[in-house]
Amino acid sequence: MAVSESEDREAKRRQRMRSVAIACVLGFLVIAFYAATIVRLGGNVAKRTF
Amino acid sequence: MAETRARYEAGASSAGGDVGDFVALMKPRVMSLVVFTALTGLVAAPGNLHPVLALIALIAIAAGAGASGALNMWWDADIDARMSRTERRPIPQGRVAADEALTFGMVLSIGSVVLLGTTVNWVAAALLALTIAFYVVIYSMWLKRRTAQNIVIGGAAGAFPPMIGWAAVTGSVSLDSVILFLIIFMWTPPHFWALALLKHADYERAGVPMLPVASGREETRRQILLYSAALVPTAVLPVATGLGGLAYAVASIGLGGAFLALALRVRREHTGAAADKACRQLFAFSILYLFLLFAVLLVEHAVRRLIA
Repeated sequence: MAVSESEDREAKRRQRMRSVAIACVLGFLVIAFYAATIVRLGGNVAKRTF
Repeated sequence: MAETRARYEAGASSAGGDVGDFVALMKPRVMSLVVFTALTGLVAAPGNLHPVLALIALIAIAAGAGASGALNMWWDADIDARMSRTERRPIPQGRVAADEALTFGMVLSIGSVVLLGTTVNWVAAALLALTIAFYVVIYSMWLKRRTAQNIVIGGAAGAFPPMIGWAAVTGSVSLDSVILFLIIFMWTPPHFWALALLKHADYERAGVPMLPVASGREETRRQILLYSAALVPTAVLPVATGLGGLAYAVASIGLGGAFLALALRVRREHTGAAADKACRQLFAFSILYLFLLFAVLLVEHAVRRLIA
């Protein structure tokens, strides 16, 4: 079935919005893991001896 | 509805779902109640959890609840298309394909459990995984279409969130967290059966053996009253263990009395507009009841933490 131009534009718009949403979720995960790591390591992490 | 079934059978549109459609798959109103009861468990639990980890825990729990909703909508798309209450959902309307909803639900399930386990603890993550599995496999796939006790057993899935919040702080399950579980467990049947009485024709058309369809309206009204009578003392249990204080005692008894009064009215009104009104009032109040009960407990514990 031929897809009209407006349907094609709508499909692309929805795909773009889904991609943005996925990017936001991935961004949140990066921040969440980073923040959780800092919290769990605790404040003295920089003073560790090696 | 015939149009909805035709749309569902034709499959999803080529444009794909909007972000709003995927949000709708997650049943956001159910998610909000889940997060609220989990927050109450988290605040009421003895011990401390860093606010950042607490926030991540609540987001993971919300995502897990959303995953359960999406997977339920994937599995129940055929009966959703046959019920007026659910025919506007994204899959019956052809806005989201069934396999997209499945993928979305699975990714969210695994992601939420891994997030909770790696950032907070694996006991809470295991309870979240159990909750998702219980709702999708035990309730949606097994019990819902087979037994009138579907909502009694399957309702346990909705009762786990305060235990998950509690376990996020303590890393364990305790008598107090089980009591919070029991309150929601006893609340679920009268809440859902009040709705099922109103949507009796819908469930019958879809072939779902909810109690009014399987055992009749009179039996349903009787059981609503029985479970409501059991709910009231269950909701007072936190006072016995010290989990709830004076404010909670007053709230649980007052709200419980109102719940019981509405259940009695459902029992007495058998036919016509008065019967429907009684069911609608009980259903609406049941949501307010749970929210207020847990809100009072949450505020009590928040104040205790501030004073301590």
